[in-house]
Amino acid sequence: MTKLTLSRGLNEGLRKALENDPKVLIMGEDVGKLGGVFRVTDGLQKDFGEARVVDTPLAESGIVGTAIGLALRGFRPVCEIQFDGFVFPAVDQIVSQLAKMRYRSRGQVSLPVVIRIPCGGGIGAVEHHSESPEVLFAHTAGLRVVACSDAADAFTMIQQSVDSDDPVIFFEPKRRYWDKAEVDTAAGMDGALPFDRARVTLEGDDVTLLCYGPQVRTCLESAAAAREDGRSVEVIDLRSLSPLDLETITASVRKTGRCVVAHEAPVFAGLGAEIAARVTERCFYHLEAPVLRVGGFATPYPPSRLEEHYLPDLDRVLDAVDRTFGY
Amino acid sequence: MTVESGAATTAVPALDQPVPDIPDQAGDFVQLLTPEGERIDHPDYPLDLSADDIRSMYRDLVLVRAIDTAAISLQRQGELGIWASLLGQEAAQIGSGRALSPDDMVFPTYREHGVAWCRGIDPVKLLELYRGVSHGGWAPEEHKFHLYTIVIGAQTLHATGYAMGIQRDGTDEAVIAYFGDGATSQGDVNEAFVWASVFNAPIVFFCQNNQWAISEPLEKQSRIPLYQRARGFGFPGLRVDGNDVLACYAVTQKALQAAREGQGPTLIEAFTYRMGAHTTTDDPTRYRLASELEMWKLRDPIERVRAYLVRGGLGPKTEPEFFAEVDAEAKREGARVRDACRNMPDPPPLALFDHVYAEPTTLQREEREQYAAYLDSFEAGENGGADR
Repeated sequence: MTKLTLSRGLNEGLRKALENDPKVLIMGEDVGKLGGVFRVTDGLQKDFGEARVVDTPLAESGIVGTAIGLALRGFRPVCEIQFDGFVFPAVDQIVSQLAKMRYRSRGQVSLPVVIRIPCGGGIGAVEHHSESPEVLFAHTAGLRVVACSDAADAFTMIQQSVDSDDPVIFFEPKRRYWDKAEVDTAAGMDGALPFDRARVTLEGDDVTLLCYGPQVRTCLESAAAAREDGRSVEVIDLRSLSPLDLETITASVRKTGRCVVAHEAPVFAGLGAEIAARVTERCFYHLEAPVLRVGGFATPYPPSRLEEHYLPDLDRVLDAVDRTFGY
Repeated sequence: MTVESGAATTAVPALDQPVPDIPDQAGDFVQLLTPEGERIDHPDYPLDLSADDIRSMYRDLVLVRAIDTAAISLQRQGELGIWASLLGQEAAQIGSGRALSPDDMVFPTYREHGVAWCRGIDPVKLLELYRGVSHGGWAPEEHKFHLYTIVIGAQTLHATGYAMGIQRDGTDEAVIAYFGDGATSQGDVNEAFVWASVFNAPIVFFCQNNQWAISEPLEKQSRIPLYQRARGFGFPGLRVDGNDVLACYAVTQKALQAAREGQGPTLIEAFTYRMGAHTTTDDPTRYRLASELEMWKLRDPIERVRAYLVRGGLGPKTEPEFFAEVDAEAKREGARVRDACRNMPDPPPLALFDHVYAEPTTLQREEREQYAAYLDSFEAGENGGADR
């Protein structure tokens, strides 16, 4: 076991993927010599060469479009989109091409492409650098959408994503890049939790708190605070946003009878809406309160001096937890 | 045996061969003032500037550099979240910015602080974006200077559409779109070239080729000089010494005039250098050699104008008092910007719900009310309850 930052966990996972399969490629803006603006690909070009770790021209649609071509030719490209707000020029390639190729070809064509996207706010950035666009991709059938929340999951989930024969949109919580956790880099993937399963990160009895990516740490902190008030919160890290691990979610809510979903993306038509509907359908007679959501507002991401108000923090999550006991 | 044909002589550089560090001065490279401050005449670009005009340009160059320096120090002190420095690109921006008529419209990237200066925008307004108190905040039409666009190249299409609007209004205006070398790879920029060309739009595409797109040198974006791309789209392109304020002024003025006269778009490649980091979060020592920076320091955009003025290029020598006065003014402006930034208040929390739509919808109103009640639930003073 080694203590690694989330960024380093991804780096080690990508290194393993490059070592294990010569068809794995890394491509994106500044991923080579610089090692990415968050250093996720640091040192990989030096060790694996410019043909496998590719500094591309500055064009996101080009990155994803050519990754599709490389995948058609048998490669497994891992694309980096530098920031969440820069993925939109690539949306045609992702939504209309990447997601649909298997369906259009009646299963004859697989596109094992991973698109890594640093997401979320909290780093005091300028606009387009703090967004949470996961639901656009979750809404698109054919894409797997996952989000890691710590270094250990980063290490395993990036490798599982590269192994996937489906395209994967891989969200990385940028304000957690520097958080450290124990990672067993010697372990193989055999015993690892599949990347489409949720994890019960903290067991509890009174309320289920669902979260992913950057909100996991916030929710664990909220759960610790709730514990002081005598409330036992079960925190579930969804990990996979599409498909959703409804089995794990449902089992927990049937046990606790209360459910709160937290995410940074706007609450309106966010992932919490889908979860609330599904939980209501499956756990209706177990629920003591409606499923509550806490998240971003129905506004563009604000200037950074206001982001502390926009992002759900310990208090806002705790407030939502408290409100589920008011019914 | 070599094949003697035109095509064979335009060799494509090898992948590992960098773009020549200085363009062929005998060819398509407009320079009116050498790095040593010597004036060169160019048959296509006669200059009608007085010594006072050039002194005024010198003042602009020095002031925008001082503002840039102030912004970098503000970021280092935690007063700005980030800053995109224009260091090294002052001449490209002041030269082109001063060539604009008051009615011409500018579509900038996030680095056009010098052009903003020419359009009369208080630098403190620019800092709002980088401090995180607004996403822009100046009135674009009032200054004929659109908001900074951060998504690379997107503004080139807006500029083209705006120019198409000018055509329909039949007015005597032109548009200038700024972008960098990296942006030329974006689909949007190439689509803007197509649109501007086929509609013969009154627009100047002003590309500041500062040689680096964060860590990627120009050869990662293009195998030919960027200005030559224009030919493929069907309009003229030219390369100018981007560190020569006189040449940047002259070529931009001429291209804008051509646009106003119905001759369509021009691509100007201002050959310059990003002397600093991409932004304050970037560390260029990871990917480029210090010797390259040293070489470009010898082509500094300000020093050559100073040398020209000291030598009395246009009549009497400029006296040392003038330079001392400009330096003092730059110092005052830097101090003013630093103070104004430090005293800039944070927006009130509930401002984040403003201006999503022309009128707030039920959703914004509800969320605003709920959040106001939430803030009020904290003890007064603890969480901004009083002054929102």
